[in-house]
Amino acid sequence: MAITRDEVAHLARLSRLALTDAELDHFAGQLDQILAAVARVQEVVADQIPPTTHAAGIVNVYRDDVAAPQLTPEQALACAPAAEQARFRVPRILAED
Amino acid sequence: MTTELAHLVPYDEAVSRYEPVIGLETHVELGTVTKMFCGCPTTFGLPPNSAVCPVCLGLPGSLPVANRAAIEYTIRIGLALHCTIATWCRFARKNYFYPDMPKNFQISQYDEPLCTNGWLDVTVGGQTFRVGIERVHLEEDTGKSLHIGGATGRIHGADYSLVDYNRAGIPLVEVVTKPITGTGELAAEAARAYVTELRDLLRALDVSDVRMEEGSLRCDVNTSLAPRGAAEWGTRTETKNVNSLRSVERAVRFEIERQAGLLDAGIRVVQETRHFHEDSGTTTAGRSKEEAQDYRYFPEPDLVPVAPPATWVEQIRASLPELPAARRARLQADWGLSDANMTWLRNAGALDLVEQTVAAGAAPAEASKWWLGELATEANKRGIELAELPITPEQVASVTALIGRGTLNDKLARQVLEGVLTGEGDPDAVVAARGLAVVSDEDALAAAVDAAIEARPDVAAKIRDGKTNAVGALIGDVMAATRNRADARRVRELILQRLS
Amino acid sequence: MGGEATELTRLTAAEIGAAVAAGEVSAVEVTRAHLDRIVAVEPELHAFLHVAGIGALAAAEEVDRRRVAGERLGPLAGVPLALKDVLTTADMPTTCGSKILAGWQPPYDATVTRRLRDAGVIILGKTNMDEFAMGSSTENSAFGPSRNPWDRSRVPGGSSGGSSAAVAGYEAPLGIGTDTGGSIRQPAAVCGIVGMKPTYGGSSRYGLVAFASSLDTPGPLARTVLDAALLHEAISGHDPRDATSVDAPVPPVVAAARQADVAGLRVGVVSELSGDGYQAGVQSRFAEAVELLESLGAKVTEVSCPHFGYALPVYYLIAPSEASSNLARFDAMRYGLRVGDDGSRSADEVMSLTRAAGFGPEVKRRIMLGTYALSSGYYDAYYGKAQQVRTLIGRDFDAAFDQVDVLVSPTTPTTAFLIGERVDDPIAMYLADLCTIPSDLAGNAAISVPCGLAPEDGLPVGLQVMAPALADDRTYRVAAAVEAALQQRWGGPLLAQSPPLDDAPPKGPAR
Repeated sequence: MAITRDEVAHLARLSRLALTDAELDHFAGQLDQILAAVARVQEVVADQIPPTTHAAGIVNVYRDDVAAPQLTPEQALACAPAAEQARFRVPRILAED
Repeated sequence: MTTELAHLVPYDEAVSRYEPVIGLETHVELGTVTKMFCGCPTTFGLPPNSAVCPVCLGLPGSLPVANRAAIEYTIRIGLALHCTIATWCRFARKNYFYPDMPKNFQISQYDEPLCTNGWLDVTVGGQTFRVGIERVHLEEDTGKSLHIGGATGRIHGADYSLVDYNRAGIPLVEVVTKPITGTGELAAEAARAYVTELRDLLRALDVSDVRMEEGSLRCDVNTSLAPRGAAEWGTRTETKNVNSLRSVERAVRFEIERQAGLLDAGIRVVQETRHFHEDSGTTTAGRSKEEAQDYRYFPEPDLVPVAPPATWVEQIRASLPELPAARRARLQADWGLSDANMTWLRNAGALDLVEQTVAAGAAPAEASKWWLGELATEANKRGIELAELPITPEQVASVTALIGRGTLNDKLARQVLEGVLTGEGDPDAVVAARGLAVVSDEDALAAAVDAAIEARPDVAAKIRDGKTNAVGALIGDVMAATRNRADARRVRELILQRLS
Repeated sequence: MGGEATELTRLTAAEIGAAVAAGEVSAVEVTRAHLDRIVAVEPELHAFLHVAGIGALAAAEEVDRRRVAGERLGPLAGVPLALKDVLTTADMPTTCGSKILAGWQPPYDATVTRRLRDAGVIILGKTNMDEFAMGSSTENSAFGPSRNPWDRSRVPGGSSGGSSAAVAGYEAPLGIGTDTGGSIRQPAAVCGIVGMKPTYGGSSRYGLVAFASSLDTPGPLARTVLDAALLHEAISGHDPRDATSVDAPVPPVVAAARQADVAGLRVGVVSELSGDGYQAGVQSRFAEAVELLESLGAKVTEVSCPHFGYALPVYYLIAPSEASSNLARFDAMRYGLRVGDDGSRSADEVMSLTRAAGFGPEVKRRIMLGTYALSSGYYDAYYGKAQQVRTLIGRDFDAAFDQVDVLVSPTTPTTAFLIGERVDDPIAMYLADLCTIPSDLAGNAAISVPCGLAPEDGLPVGLQVMAPALADDRTYRVAAAVEAALQQRWGGPLLAQSPPLDDAPPKGPAR
């Protein structure tokens, strides 16, 4: 087994996906297959090979420290599911995460 | 969550039996004009969600572009802390879900910080500790939440929260110390002294306004205890919400007392994040760190590596201002002060004031004496900082000049200072208005001296016999008679002349 | 009048642009004709998620006004276009084919969108796609699949299936797609049109809702190579808002498309991209295309790229990893769907319920896969290793391009498969990207151009031409040569052989 159902449940929690038991069963089977397939990369010996960072090796791209146009608060909040006092209203945040 | 143990071991006792190791993680909001990855303003106190754009709101499709000034400021900080500047490094994504983070990842630096392996000397209690700097790296700040519905406005018990993203994306530099060992009973003070020194350094570098009360300088304090002589360090806790220099000291103090209490009772210290409470000076447990958060760091694919050319780094190094430690050393040498006096000056926050007073013409010793003596007492009485007293360095210099010319003696000078502090005007004006000039009329002085000698024949006799120490009483009489307007040295001369 | 209207939708972009600039036809007329076409065939194709009729006509009026005022119009002014719903538009919704963004109207235009508008291109609407660009068939769209104009029981490919179907179905002469693992080229191949993946960074990703940041590339879809080149030029170029965008002149793709000559060009056939799993008709049409190239003067050799066999697993580690992070922002807090906020639930719970309801199964799979591959303890073996093997794949290309000027292969192993055929078999679905993925990993330029119909099913086959990064023009040169030669052989474009969508005669004056 490349991955167990419990591990999949853990992944779902980590990625904030409230999956049903049926979904968990279904995904566990599929992810197991997929992981077994992608694990093939481990066959390749690549000890001194650097990972690809960026195509074309570009470095040092910056912007100047000058102001650019912003959104108005109305624009920012336009699609907010809930807003109050010009802020985004969100459900209670638990201190533990 | 474990039950909080109320038993605290008094600090002095705790540090006598246990060895504290402390660490500090300081976050500094850089004073750049715009945010780290977009052109929104970084101004403090703007109306909520008025300094946001698709990038710092993390809207779908938005992309970050690094602010060159922020990179420069970070290198500046690294150089001032004697760090090695990376020749090639990358930003990384720190992934976790939290409503104040628009992308649910924070662009930060993980295993490739821009600056590493530096140090900062901190002097406390007459000892100098070289605090190792593990790393200085750059990241973006998060938004701010208001928690509504709970009793204290804190997160616990809140019904919902309101989020303002103005702060999201402001460049944040994180300075992390190596573990600070060997401070013993000075641990709490040393922690505070380190943050103070760092703050002064950052201010001198002009990279941040470093106001703890505004959140542009934030501290997390790590504390652990081990029995004296133990081979390994103890388990450390991380204390957050430490919002002032005083809180740094109090937080370390409390943690040491609390951990000593646990260790004495044979209870394991839990590795956890704790929250510092300003009002009570205590810490309470927050998120447990036993199950460490896996941030799934990977290099940020939307940004390209930062590879500061050596010429740029050298340019920055050449443009560094005189750093606080160097400035203090220079002033101490110039002024010929002892280490003790220098420390005293620094701790009283009088350094700038004395420097300005000297610049206005006073001798360093004189300037120090008045700021650390009379004026410090007054500031204490009023419950304010020295710099907040309604008197300028120029005015103090002017008083010392009057003393130097013989117009005032010390006692009169005190009255003049009092006059300036109560708003009567400049020293010259106060002298004139109150008629405080030293009596320079020789005849009047002679008359007062004679009167004093006559009034104390026994003292006069002693002096004639050679016991010149006894002259003090007669000087006192003359000063009283002249309402302190005599030059004490001249009075002494006259008395000894008369009685030799 | 009706005949003209129908004819307008059969013109190429180049022809429309020239006619509009010359005042022979108004941009409004052209737009109306295409809007009519959309009304007529959308029930069959379902290529569009949003049709912006009013906005399109207003933009067309503006083009006409400028022409009348004597302004010099660009080559694509007045030309209609179908825009993949993954690029932001400030005046139209942007859903990325997902319920989680249903109805979301961005407050800003993508740079690509902006450049299209500046060029006078008429954006007719936003096209259907696999959700968040994850898929090869549009079956992962939350709003139902699009259909292949060649055979409506079949997929138009993906993830840019909507744009491809729109162009192949004559709803627009131009389309914009995005290519991460083949999502422009594969739909183009199975729909019998031209689709091009520019060099990574050649066109800006600002406003392109990210799937895999180090792979996503916006690019053109069109019915001719020249049209694709004109569109490529219009959207490409450095963008200071995208730190990964290439700061170099756009390669001379239009000139190359007109040059259409391969004499002396060294062409390499990638030996790893053939064999098992490749449909017979695809292999035979590809072989013929290679022979054609030789007959046109190219020097053809076989080239081995030994690590290409690992391209699929490398891609299916890197892309989901980046996606798991890119899609974390969809959390119900600031925009989009919010589910389960009844006042008692925590933010975390609302996030989890919303994402479960708002994301489809493929997206969920990839998010979990990506989360796994990045986890501490697994990073080195999965994501880290994949990035190393990616370097090796890039080196395979470098070595190959030392020997040849371009590499060729079939664009995808099979012709368009049936709707529903692979939807329950993720791995079978992934195989559609076998030939296209390597160029995404290397950031190279690659084009797909029609090279015939597979004899066994009469469905289009695409020839893929790959060139080194920044040598995009080379791919156009080869594609144009192949196109010209084949169209001569066929007596017209391949698409002319597709069964018409509406058999009814033209209905009368265009509305």
